[in-house]
Amino acid sequence: MGKKLLVAEDSATMRQLIVAALSRIPDLEIVECQSGFEALKAIPRVRFDMVLTDINMPDINGLELIGFLKSNPDTRNIPIVIITTESSKRDQVKGLALGASEYLIKPFSPERLQELVSRHLQIQLPQ
Amino acid sequence: MKDDKALQEFVSESEEIIEEIFQNLHEIEGSIDQGRYNPETLNAIFRGAHSMKGLAGMFGFEGIQSFAHHLEDLLDKLRLGKLTFDKPILNRLFSSMEYLRSLVADRAQGKADDMAAIDERIRELQAMLAGGKGGAESNPFEGVALDPGLLGVLTEYEEYRLKTNIEQGHNLFRVRATFDIMSFDQELDGITKKLKGMGAELITTLPSPEPAKEMEIKFDLVAGGDRPLADLEAELAAPNVTVTEIEQASKKKRPSPGVAGTVESFLQAQAPSGTVVDDDDAGRRDEATSIRSVSKTVRVDIDKLDTIMNVVGELVLYSSQINRFAEKLRLEQGNTGPSAQFFKASRALERKLRELQDGVMDTRMVPLKQVFDKLQRIVRKIVQDVGKEAELVILGGETELDKLIIEDLGDPLMHIIRNSVDHGLETPDEREKAGKPRKGTIRIHAYQRGNHVNLEVEDDGRGIDRERIRRKAREKRLVDNVDALKDDEVLSLIFLPGFSTAEKVSELSGRGVGLDVVKENIAQMRGLINIDTELGKGTKFTLTLPITLAIIRALIIEARGRLYAIPLSSILTSLMIEPRQIRTIERREVMEFRHQNAVQTLPLLRLERIFDLRRDTAEAGESLYVVVLELADRRLGLIVDRLHGQQDIVIKSISDVLRTRGIAGATDLGNQQTILVLDAAALIDEAARGV
Repeated sequence: MGKKLLVAEDSATMRQLIVAALSRIPDLEIVECQSGFEALKAIPRVRFDMVLTDINMPDINGLELIGFLKSNPDTRNIPIVIITTESSKRDQVKGLALGASEYLIKPFSPERLQELVSRHLQIQLPQ
Repeated sequence: MKDDKALQEFVSESEEIIEEIFQNLHEIEGSIDQGRYNPETLNAIFRGAHSMKGLAGMFGFEGIQSFAHHLEDLLDKLRLGKLTFDKPILNRLFSSMEYLRSLVADRAQGKADDMAAIDERIRELQAMLAGGKGGAESNPFEGVALDPGLLGVLTEYEEYRLKTNIEQGHNLFRVRATFDIMSFDQELDGITKKLKGMGAELITTLPSPEPAKEMEIKFDLVAGGDRPLADLEAELAAPNVTVTEIEQASKKKRPSPGVAGTVESFLQAQAPSGTVVDDDDAGRRDEATSIRSVSKTVRVDIDKLDTIMNVVGELVLYSSQINRFAEKLRLEQGNTGPSAQFFKASRALERKLRELQDGVMDTRMVPLKQVFDKLQRIVRKIVQDVGKEAELVILGGETELDKLIIEDLGDPLMHIIRNSVDHGLETPDEREKAGKPRKGTIRIHAYQRGNHVNLEVEDDGRGIDRERIRRKAREKRLVDNVDALKDDEVLSLIFLPGFSTAEKVSELSGRGVGLDVVKENIAQMRGLINIDTELGKGTKFTLTLPITLAIIRALIIEARGRLYAIPLSSILTSLMIEPRQIRTIERREVMEFRHQNAVQTLPLLRLERIFDLRRDTAEAGESLYVVVLELADRRLGLIVDRLHGQQDIVIKSISDVLRTRGIAGATDLGNQQTILVLDAAALIDEAARGV
């Protein structure tokens, strides 16, 4: 059975780049959410194996999304990676304190993203 | 990944972000002079710059990334209050966004970033950072009963907004709501709007960690504002929503709402005036405001307001009648005893009525934003339909106008914009050839000027070709001697019925409606429309509209034994002249008019000429009066026989059958005498056409 990844990111271009980079990973289903609200709607419907989230989103911020996931026993164990820019240091630290596994700083290379996602999902990248 | 399609995505998303930032900057521009702006708008601008930085970084566009990064830096300091947001910074942001737009456009055409130029711009941005204030680091959250863990999920910005609300002494509220998982966003949106409507700031929206039923989700909203808890409860109360106040130790405990509070505020009202209200009374003051504020949120049918306005108008008339009577009595019986008291009372009545009038007037005023918001959407559609590229830039959306005028404004404004997109703007290819950006700009700018609001609709298109208008006018025989017309007179021809310069009637501007109808609509609002155009550069329509159509102050004048009222808002001044000061140039009467150290030749108009009043023997040698009308920089001297002072009037429209050009309506002078109200805009036009 394939793994499911939630991507919460309000920039359409950024989402496309992420999806394109991850197309190399086999058996990965990506659910794209363009806002925190969309992510909240998707979470109870799909059993996600991993979450990638932006911090600055217009409705709820990524930190709140992390807090929500980590406080719910059903979703507590999903690994979360924050996608952010190097400038919001304080927010990154808060994210980690809330239970995010790590953060990925924009701009990132497709390889870096592939490595990170495959590592958390324990999928072998095709050579 | 960096193929053409991806680049296109980058360009179009960047353009979207930049456009949104511009709109937000314009919104802030409207109020920054008063030192106010919506923090959420600034935060949205920050988010835009942040996204730009991230996007550019992903594409390896270092120049854009670096520039956006410095912009983000500046915006971050602004939104976190580390730097005061003022006009110079706003202007720098505007120019920076223009620059960013050009950088993106360069990238779209495959040009590389000019790093030296970008570094220069970055230095300019950095210069704005000087003079920032260091944040005083105390712990403002001490004694505030926030949920444990709340601070942990707030971004730095949200934390700052929370801090600001606490420091400003606002009340903090927790709104807890349970929604269906499928529709929570709309419902949250409803709550957010209600909070905003009450002047409260939504600081954060938190999906609650508390377990909810299946397919339900709970939210904790934190909001700050100066309304008391009771107000929020009244506004938001629902079975699935509870509102509580977050305790702040620095604030005194306020009385709980309900009977106790009411009694207390009642006692407070009974207390002798002049009592010093100290901090302990803060709660009671809030109770008092709660009575007022509930009524603030009542929605009123505009017809009801109209009725009230009419009654107030009539009261004003009676009051001025009483005033005149009181004055007469005082003159006859001396300023003592009952006549003096009567005089005093009538004056007090007049003053209070004026307050009432102002109050009612105020309730009718709505910001132009209401119309503008709709325009944005429609313009986007029009632009798509005709295959052009255009951006609508709006300035001054907070300018207020009478609700009735706003309602009537939508159609003519829409038509002008259609006209600008359809006829004014060139196709993207044509624009490119002419050395312009492919995307045209339509700029709407509203601002108040005295008793009028000016509304400019300006495009950067091809401009209007006067020769083509002349040709058309000749073909269609619209006027007698086209060649004798001056340049601005030629332009006014496009407002004539039956005129249409478009070679082929397009679906848009076609529809059988011409600019003549627009002009007629504007005229009905007693407004004026003007055009400025420069070939190849663009066209600007300026609408000059009265702020209200309800009660206005007017000058009563007499010509040939008849009385007329002229709205004071369109009068520049009035003078007494000798008949010999009037000269005749090209069969038109004019006079030298000196105003504020400038001398101009003022065209004159005699009312009897347009209204065909009987010509009395001219009383040679006697003094005449000239009332100088001014609207949108156009002036006209009206020759009248006598001035009868000022008065408040309510303009009643007259039936279409009786309508004459130059007449705005009729009014009752309060002594059973009905007189006509002159339409200054129409008279100025009439005179320009050489009656």
